[in-house]
This record gives sequence, C-alpha cells and structure tokens, in this order.
Amino acid sequence: MLDLLIPLIMVVVALVGLARKQDVYGLLVEGGRDGLRVLASIVPALVMLLSATSMLRASGAMDALAAFLSPALRYVGIPPEVAPLLVVRPISGSAALALGADLIAAYGPDSTVGRTAAILLGSTETTFYAVSVYCGAAGISKTRYAIPAALLADCTGFLMASCSARWLF
Amino acid sequence: MAMSVIWLLLSLCSIVYALIGNCTKVLGTAVLDGAASAITLSLSLAGSLCLWSGLLKVMERSGITALLSRLLRPVLGRLFPQSSQDPEALGHISANVSANLLGLGNAATPAGVAAAKRMRQLSGSSTASHELCRFLVLNTASVQLLPTTVAAIRAAAGCETPFDILPAVWLTSICALAVGLLAARLFQRLGRD
Repeated sequence: MLDLLIPLIMVVVALVGLARKQDVYGLLVEGGRDGLRVLASIVPALVMLLSATSMLRASGAMDALAAFLSPALRYVGIPPEVAPLLVVRPISGSAALALGADLIAAYGPDSTVGRTAAILLGSTETTFYAVSVYCGAAGISKTRYAIPAALLADCTGFLMASCSARWLF
Repeated sequence: MAMSVIWLLLSLCSIVYALIGNCTKVLGTAVLDGAASAITLSLSLAGSLCLWSGLLKVMERSGITALLSRLLRPVLGRLFPQSSQDPEALGHISANVSANLLGLGNAATPAGVAAAKRMRQLSGSSTASHELCRFLVLNTASVQLLPTTVAAIRAAAGCETPFDILPAVWLTSICALAVGLLAARLFQRLGRD
C-alpha cells in the first residue's frame, strides 16, 4: 500500500491540477527549480557540518559521548548511538540532517539505530530555531512556557521514535 | 553565533580527543571524507526533493493546500478559541498548519510569522499569550504527513522500502504533540504570569 503512495499522490495531484485548469507540467518544473534552489542553499552548511561530524566520529569522541550517555539512554530504551543526534536536533536542522544521514549510512537504514534516527528526523523540529524566528519576527520578548513545553514534546518524540523503531518492525 | 560556537566545539573536541587517543592520523582524511559525503548526500537528495517540490507547487496552485486548511479550521478553532474569532489570525494559523502537514517548509514559515504577528497584535503585549505558546508548540512538534527528505536519505542508503517508517513517524509526532499541548495546558494552569 505504501509502495503506491507516492505514485498515487502524483496522479491525484495532476488530475486535480488539470481539473482546476492549471499548467501542471509548468508548475512541476517551476516547483522543482525552487526545490533545487533550497537544496543549493543548504549544501554549504551540510559540507561544513559533515566535515566536523566526520572528524568527531573518527577521533572517537562521538563514541565517547554515546558511552557517557549510554546508561541513562539505555534505561529509557533509546539506542546510545543516536545521542549526538538528540543533542543537536532542537538547535540546528542541517546539523541534525547531517548527523541523521551519517547514522543511517553507518548502521544501515533497516537497523534499529537507522530507523530510530529516521523516525526522529521525520517527527521532530528545530525547536529553538522555530521559536526564535516566530517570536523575533512578531516582537515577542517573553516566551513564557513555550520552550519547556516544546522540549517536553521533543523528549517524547525521542522516546517514541526508539520505541516505535523496536516495536513496529 | 550559536552555530559558530557549536562548529568550533565539534572540531576542538575531535582534535583533543584524537590527541588523547593518539589517532591524529585519521583526522585529516576524515575531514575530507566528511566534506565529500555532504556532496554525495546532497546529490542523493536532489532528485526526490526536486520531484516533491514540483508536486507541492501544483498542490498549492490548484487549491489542495487551501482545501486542507479549510478542513483544519474547526479543529484549530478549538485549539485557539480567542484567535479564531479573528478571521485573519485563523487564516494564517490554518495556512501554517496545512503547509507543515504537507512538508511545505517554505510556505509554513511566512504563514507562521504572520500568525504570530497577528496574535501579538490581538494581545497587545510583548509577552507571549497562552494561545501563542500553544501555536509555538504546535509548530515545533511538526506533524508531517510525508517526511520525504528522510525517505530520500533512507533510499540513498540502500533501503528498499524507504516509506515503511511512515506509521512510526505519525505515531511519534502525534504523541509528541499531545505531550507538548498537555504540558502547555499544565504550565498555563500552574503559572501566575
């Protein structure tokens, strides 16, 4: 069923577009161009972050961080290998993407670590970034309990990502 | 600024750790490998990102996004009882949430900023209102129907069924959002401010 999801979405979107008298193909190409532009804008950040991340892994510091947090993470059922990802997820979107991609490639997309990283990336957001952009633009100086509540949501996301990676597969 | 410090810390930790572990030899190759792997990753993402952005553009122009945002209004009215009295605020909020659901990050941010500005105007204070806090939690929990970027990364790593994580992603997002909103409600009850 999920195999057909994307092809079906393509057909339905094209049908609706044509029914609404839109230049579907022209829009596809135009949107595609925007997508590539977005990618081009994050490539330099990915290069910088993956260079640093790769050193961190090679030096053994990444394993040391995982080993340090391991008892606590194991206690709640999170694979310790994803520890660095947990640390950067609320702070930087491209750093999280870089670390997640690194974990998925290193442990395999169908391993528990790879699945946890993927689910986590798909279901959480860059909390601090989002709050600072919205509040900065709106001129809000006191965010009250927004950040604690959002971070609690993130922690739930971390826990549920590891649980569902183990239970649902 | 924050990112400069993080980047420095990442590099510094690596060097210090490599010196302690006496494995400085591998650092030079590791940094170049990392840089190269960023380009490999970007190239493997490019195709699906391009395709998906094209489809999203068609959805936007043919009114699918607007339809979703209309469908969401009753639910959002319950979550934001005060702001939804104001048609402009409700319009921005529902545009933001529907764009987030579809993974339209570029459209979600401007709509979200407009919603936050309007909510600030309505409250007339530089302290976030309870509804604005709830709106921030809703945005940071990001319920996304189709996480296409993650699927593309999995496909690039040789996964045959990159979308098999969908149910898990939905379950995880819903739980995170529920906890976030409950926590916001709890803090609202507890706090005097």
